[in-house]
Amino acid sequence: MIAVLALIGGIVAGVILEPTVPLALQPYLPIAVVAALDAVFGGVRAKLDGIFDDKQFVISFISNVLVAGVIVYLGDQLGVGTQLSTGVVVVLGVRIFGNVAAIRRHLFRA
Amino acid sequence: MTYFDPAQPDQPTSRPDRPAGSGWNDQPTKEWNWRDDDDDDRDEQYSSQYASQEDAYADAEETAEEAREGASGSEDGHYAAPPSPELSDEPSDEPSDEPSAAAPARSAGAQSDAAARKKRLSGAGLGIGILLALLGFTLVVQVKSNNTDAIYASAREGDLLQIMSDLDASEKRLQQEIASLQQTQRELQSGAAGQQAALNEAKQRADDLGILAGTLPARGPGVQVRIEEISGTIKAASLLNAVQELRGGGAEAIEIDGSGGAVRVIASTSFVDADGGIRIDDKRLTGPYTILAIGDPETLSKAVQFAGGVVPRVKSDGGNVIVNNRDVVEIKEVVPAPDLQYARPAS
Repeated sequence: MIAVLALIGGIVAGVILEPTVPLALQPYLPIAVVAALDAVFGGVRAKLDGIFDDKQFVISFISNVLVAGVIVYLGDQLGVGTQLSTGVVVVLGVRIFGNVAAIRRHLFRA
Repeated sequence: MTYFDPAQPDQPTSRPDRPAGSGWNDQPTKEWNWRDDDDDDRDEQYSSQYASQEDAYADAEETAEEAREGASGSEDGHYAAPPSPELSDEPSDEPSDEPSAAAPARSAGAQSDAAARKKRLSGAGLGIGILLALLGFTLVVQVKSNNTDAIYASAREGDLLQIMSDLDASEKRLQQEIASLQQTQRELQSGAAGQQAALNEAKQRADDLGILAGTLPARGPGVQVRIEEISGTIKAASLLNAVQELRGGGAEAIEIDGSGGAVRVIASTSFVDADGGIRIDDKRLTGPYTILAIGDPETLSKAVQFAGGVVPRVKSDGGNVIVNNRDVVEIKEVVPAPDLQYARPAS
């Protein structure tokens, strides 16, 4: 409940404040968002599985975001930033799909 | 750490479809070891996205088993023994429940678990809330910033090249325009400067001509010639003679003052004898007369005073001449500019 409210609150704040993304963060923000989404879906699945753990969620959320950012940064330094970003997005996308499939099985038993 | 709360006994009840006693085959001693490794296990599972549901179920199962074991006071007495740091959170009444049947113990554990969970939620829930709020915020921000430059981000390479060459061409055009406008500006500036110089020169010339023509007041070094009537009347011819001598001496501007007015002497000035005085142009003047002339004072005074000139003629008329050199002579009288009807500049 708190989580949903917080998510909505964050979205509302983003809509109202209309901030611009700092140039230095521009390559990392999309990846970070996708990584965070992955963590959130993982958390939802864990919740449905009954094995949700707060600490674990927080840690995995933060580490997901950081690792994704570091990978993109490394890619930029190595000159393969675009490809590596694509790779990260693909991997995270696969994981999100897997989690969503598990959630779906939980909710709809199908 | 919080992992060892009796939260775990809940899980079997949340999954009633699990076979209740399936975990009992495990070695009891292994249970306690597993408990220490529990956290790591879980982390691994989490990081591998709960690779298999079976593992997760096994976890829950084992926990349930553990709780039952503790409640029934089975083989090893570790559960009731001096509490580990993790167990110290739990209500103290739990050990007292141990001797009783398994079911009451479990319900008591569930109740205390609910309280503990609430306490936990306020802390960790806050962290989760902050993280999710951040996520929503950045999500919206990213989406918005992506929308703003979507025109170019989504354009194909060919389109982008087209746009770029268009921009290049327009830039070149604008540069040329800037250059030509700067050229025009320079021309206008130099033209304006030349015009200003010509204007100044023309003004200077107009001033000079105005002084010569008598349309402008003038000042400068010169002489004052006073002609007094002592025993007779000064003739117009004598005055004209004096003016001509002054002109011959290089006088640039001449004015004649008399009782009755002042007259600027110009090219067309006429001198006519009138009864008791002299009519100069339209004004009738009587003596004494004062002639103001601008020019070289020395030359002018000599021109008036030289032998057989002005002075003898005035004296023969019964007058007297006094010449004063002046550093500054002011000629204020002017004549209106003539309105030429016929004559036009020849060039």
